[in-house]
Amino acid sequence: MADFLRYRGDETVDQPAVTVDAFLDQTNASAVRVEPGDDARALIPHLGQIALVEVNFPAFGDGRGYSSARILREAGYGGELRAVGDVLVDQIAYMRRCGFDAFEPDAPLDPDDVEAALSRWPDVYQPAADTRVPILAKRHGSAS
Amino acid sequence: MYQYDHYDQAMVDARVEEFRDQARRRLEGQLTEDQFKPLRLMNGLYLQLHAYMLRVAIPYGTLNGRQMHALADIADTYDRGYGHFTTRQNIQYNWIKLEDAADILADLAKVEMHAIQTSGNCIRNISSDHFAGAAADERVDPRPYAELLRQWSSFHPEFSYLPRKFKIAVIASDTDRAAMRLHDIGINILRNDSGELGAAFYVGGGMGRTPMIAPLIREFVPLDQLVTYAEACLRVYNRYGRRDNKYKARIKILVHEMGAEEYARQVDAEFAHLLEQGVEPPLAELERIKTFFVDPAFASDAGADIDRSDSDFALWLDRNTVAHKAPGYTSAVISLKPVGGIPGDATAEQMHLMADLARNYSFDELRVMHTQNIVLPHVRKADLHNLWTALDAAGLGSPNLGTVEDIIACPGLDYCSLANARSIPIAQQISERFAASGKTEALGQLKLKISGCINACGHHHAGHIGILGVDRKGVENYQLLLGGSEAEDVSLAKITGPGFDEAGIVDAVETAADIYLRERQDGERFLDTYRRIGMDPFKEALYG
Repeated sequence: MADFLRYRGDETVDQPAVTVDAFLDQTNASAVRVEPGDDARALIPHLGQIALVEVNFPAFGDGRGYSSARILREAGYGGELRAVGDVLVDQIAYMRRCGFDAFEPDAPLDPDDVEAALSRWPDVYQPAADTRVPILAKRHGSAS
Repeated sequence: MYQYDHYDQAMVDARVEEFRDQARRRLEGQLTEDQFKPLRLMNGLYLQLHAYMLRVAIPYGTLNGRQMHALADIADTYDRGYGHFTTRQNIQYNWIKLEDAADILADLAKVEMHAIQTSGNCIRNISSDHFAGAAADERVDPRPYAELLRQWSSFHPEFSYLPRKFKIAVIASDTDRAAMRLHDIGINILRNDSGELGAAFYVGGGMGRTPMIAPLIREFVPLDQLVTYAEACLRVYNRYGRRDNKYKARIKILVHEMGAEEYARQVDAEFAHLLEQGVEPPLAELERIKTFFVDPAFASDAGADIDRSDSDFALWLDRNTVAHKAPGYTSAVISLKPVGGIPGDATAEQMHLMADLARNYSFDELRVMHTQNIVLPHVRKADLHNLWTALDAAGLGSPNLGTVEDIIACPGLDYCSLANARSIPIAQQISERFAASGKTEALGQLKLKISGCINACGHHHAGHIGILGVDRKGVENYQLLLGGSEAEDVSLAKITGPGFDEAGIVDAVETAADIYLRERQDGERFLDTYRRIGMDPFKEALYG
C-alpha cells in the first residue's frame, strides 16, 4: 500500500507547507497549502517562488480543490501539485487531469488499483490541465 | 438521431467495467457504503425504501426503437416487468439488485445507452424540447447543442464533485416545453440582429425547497464559445457555491445571494480567462453532430386529410397530436396517464409496442416528455388512425394530453426514501374523479403536478394546480398551490392555505376547478383565470 504517490522526476520538496495567509505574509516560503475556501488565484503573482502546492481535500465530496488545481496550472504553475487528505482511488484519474502530480492520501492506496484507475479511460471528452487531446478535437484531425 | 462512434462506445464500455469493479469491491466489503455511495450515484444507482433504483439516461429524451426494446428487456429481466419515465426525460427501475447493476449497464451499452451522471453532485442528463426537430415553431433543432454539452459534461474532471446536482436544459423556440428557466442553466438557441445563431443563458433557476426562476445572465453567447461560457458558469459555481448546507447548495442560492449581476460579472471574468485557455471544441464538431439530426425523409405527398368519423379517435386526435413542421405530418403523444394509473409507468409489453409503432410510423424515433409521456415525433396524418387503434388496444390511447388527468407525480412514499407522503394514490384518485364527472373536457388545459415532499420532483411549484405532500404529526397532509407554470409564461405557484387530508385534497382540486369553470371568460385556461381573478375567490371556496 502506498501513502505517497508522485508522478514527477524532480526532487521531492520537504519544506513544510504554510497556509495561504501565512504565505502571503512571509515571502520566503516555497511550499503552501490551499484549503477548499482559499482563492488559489491569490498565489498567481508568486508562482515563480513556489515549488509545492498542497491542495487539501478534507472530504472527497468537496470538489473545490479541482478548480484550484486547474487555475494554478492554467496560470503556468509548473511545480508540484499535491492532493492531500480524503483522496481516494476513485477520484485520482480526475485529479490527474486537473493537474495534480502527487498524492498524499489519509488512507493508503493500493498501487495496483491506482494504476487501474489511471489507465481505465481510453480517451477524454474535454481539455483540462493535462496534455490529453479530447475526443472532440481528435475527430477533427488533432494529433493524438 | 445521434449515433456513437468508436470513441463514445469505448468511453461507455470503460464506465461499465469501472462500475463492475466498484460494485465488486462494495460486495466484497472493500468499500464502505459511505465510500460507495457517490460512486453508485454517478451511475444512477440509488438505495430507496425497498430496493436499489436505477436511473437510465435518455439524453434530451430522444431514443430509437432498438433502445426502447432494450429498456423493455431490462424491465423484464432485472425488474418486475415495468419502468417509470421521469420528469428528467429518463427512465428508472425500482426493483434492482446491486449484483445485477453492472450487467444492466452492459446491456445498455450495447444499445448506446448508459446511466452516467443520472445522479450525484455532477452535471446531469441534458434535457430539451420533446418536440425538437418536429415542432412547427422551432428556430432550429436544439438537440445538437444538447449533445455537444452532453459530451463536454461527461466525466468532466473539474465538475464531478459540485456543491450539488446540476441540470441543464436547451431549447430553441419561443415556446418553452422544457421548463428551461427552472433549470440550473437554461439555454435558448436564438438569432441575434445579424441573424447569427447563439445562446441566451439563464442561470440559477430550480424547483426544490426554494423555487426560483432563472434570471438572464447573458443575452447572446456565440456558438463557437458555447462550451467555454458553460465552463465559466460552472467554475464560478464550483468555487463559490455553498457547501455548508445541502439545502442551500444549488446554484440558484449562489446567484440569488450574490445577485445575478455580480454572478454574471464573475462569469464574464472567468469566461475571458477560459477563452485564452482554448477549452472550446472545434466548431466542426458541432457541425458533425448536426449531421445526425437532419430531417428524416418526409414524404412530399403526405396527405393532410383525416377521417374523423370515429369520435373516440377524433377526441384523441384533438388532444394528443401537435403541429409538425412538415406538411402531412404530426407529432403524436402516447399518454402514460391512463385514468387511475400510475403517471409515467409503462410495462415491458407497452414499451415493446411503442418501439414497434415508432419503427412503423415515426422513422424509428421516440421521445420522452418531462411530463412523463412518450412522443412519436414524425407521424403521417394518414397513419394516425392505425396508430391510435394499436395504442388504444394496449391501454395507451388515453386522450388526455395537457388535461387535468395528465398529472406529473413523483414516486412519493410508495418508493422514495425522501418522501413524506404518497403521490401516486392522489394522482390516481384525481384522474378517476375527473374522468367520472366528465369535467376533464370542459377544463381544457390544466397542468396538475404532485410532489410527495418539498424536494419537488413532481414540479408542484410549476403546476397550474400543484399539490405538495407533507408529514404533519405523522399523518400525510397535502398543501394546495395555484398559479404555477413551467412554460414561457413561467411563474411559481402559491399555497392556498392550510393543507388537506387525502380525501380532502381531491375535493379541494375539484373545488378549485369549479371556481375556474364558474369564473372563466372566453378562451381562458385555468391559469389565465387564476391570474386575472387572483387567489381570493379560490380561498373563499376552499376555506369558506
